[in-house]
Amino acid sequence: MDVLLDNLDLYGPGFLNTVELFLISAVGSLVLGTILAMLRVSPVPVLRAAGAAYVTIVRNTPLTLVFFFFAFAFPLLEIVNAATFGGSASAYYFSAALAALILYTAAFVCEVVRSGINTVPVGQAEASRALGLTFGQMLGSVVLPQATRAVVPPMMSTMIALLKNTTIAAGFSVFQAGSISLNLSERGEDQLVGLLWVALFFVVLVIPMTLLQRSLEKRWSIAR
Amino acid sequence: MTSVLFDVPGPRARLRHRLYAVVGIAALLALIGFVVYRFAESGQFDGAKWSWLEYEYVQLELLDALGNTLRAFAAGAVLALVFGAVFAAGQLSDHRFVRVPSMAVVELFRAVPLVVLIFVFHYGIALGAPFYSVVLGLTLYNGSVLAEVFRAGVLSLPRGQREAAYALGMRKTQVMTLVLLPQAVRAMLPAIISQLVVLLKDSALGFLITYEELLYQARFLGGSFEFGRPLVPITIVVAAIYIAMCLLLTWLANTLEKRNRRNKKVIDTPAKPAEDAVMAAV
Repeated sequence: MDVLLDNLDLYGPGFLNTVELFLISAVGSLVLGTILAMLRVSPVPVLRAAGAAYVTIVRNTPLTLVFFFFAFAFPLLEIVNAATFGGSASAYYFSAALAALILYTAAFVCEVVRSGINTVPVGQAEASRALGLTFGQMLGSVVLPQATRAVVPPMMSTMIALLKNTTIAAGFSVFQAGSISLNLSERGEDQLVGLLWVALFFVVLVIPMTLLQRSLEKRWSIAR
Repeated sequence: MTSVLFDVPGPRARLRHRLYAVVGIAALLALIGFVVYRFAESGQFDGAKWSWLEYEYVQLELLDALGNTLRAFAAGAVLALVFGAVFAAGQLSDHRFVRVPSMAVVELFRAVPLVVLIFVFHYGIALGAPFYSVVLGLTLYNGSVLAEVFRAGVLSLPRGQREAAYALGMRKTQVMTLVLLPQAVRAMLPAIISQLVVLLKDSALGFLITYEELLYQARFLGGSFEFGRPLVPITIVVAAIYIAMCLLLTWLANTLEKRNRRNKKVIDTPAKPAEDAVMAAV
């Protein structure tokens, strides 16, 4: 307990940064992932191929490597420079972590959304068209409500994974929960105790999310 | 193609789709063009930045690092499979005092981020060689996910399988090892291999605790002034290696899945629980 209370100035900002990293990249990856999913189900072969190529490549690349690219290699391409971030290195690394998390998680979000759309039987859309619904009505009142139910549980898994993945930023100069213990050792505190507090923080966050996900899955599963 | 969202296109829709295709190709070409332009402009295509590929000692070092990655992967995969099997059996046990702790262990290690787990072993407990911390972390995390996969596989088998085995007079252990597990493993093989892809990708986390694997070697070579700090070329090469290895495993999973589908001996289990377990393991 002492390690936690004595170093609240580390834990507070650390956890806050983790939550910030999580929220921004969650929104970003949901937006980008949905756009990718739209590409993947579009009637235009070129767009489908582009979406599929992105998903295949990114899903088979370690997230650490994506972080590695944005932290070390990307600056060498000189698209952005320190001045873009007001000369602050930590601002650059934070944005680099966001870029890595968003680009990586979007591939998984895309697959979840796509599989959700695919769970809706074709007959549902055909029937609604036969009833004379417009494309918007069909999407809004028939297909999407059914797809959403199938999508929410796996989407929560993806977001839980994203929350845990934010800790990788610890290795790339972003101060957040994962890097608390590294700073603790400089103060001569016990790293093991410090890390166990961090682990507990994630357990407390993740397990309720898992339980919520399970109950949603039970309540929303549709008999087909 | 059949999609829920679109009808078979008529003449006007086909024209519109062709327009989208042109716009899409233009956008893609612009993106690729911009990347190539940036690469050329910042000198990433210079011969000097790629010369390291020609040196035998550099190749040997990369090969060595790849060997280290594969060693961590192999050790982690074997141990995770064992861990998963043991804890799946524990979760399915009839005895409360076995079942509850097993479930707690599995939930705990699924909830703690792998990085924190590896840091606990490396900095907290100070296991010494980073190899042990990496392998132990990979084992506990992926083993827990695999335990859920195994459990879902056993639970998805028809009840008749278990009942028939008991009717034949088999003991509980025999029912599990001779009847249920073989079928569950076979049905879940694609999901298990997908989890191994995750394990292979996660082995790159060894980079954070200076385990001398592929990414660590890439950082070392990429920082060398001798070759003009070729970080971008090295990232591309290392990414290609990782993607090739993972695609190989994915291909194996797909092949097995196809064979499963053809084989009538494999009971068709609902894929959902496994899918969820895999998705959870991003």
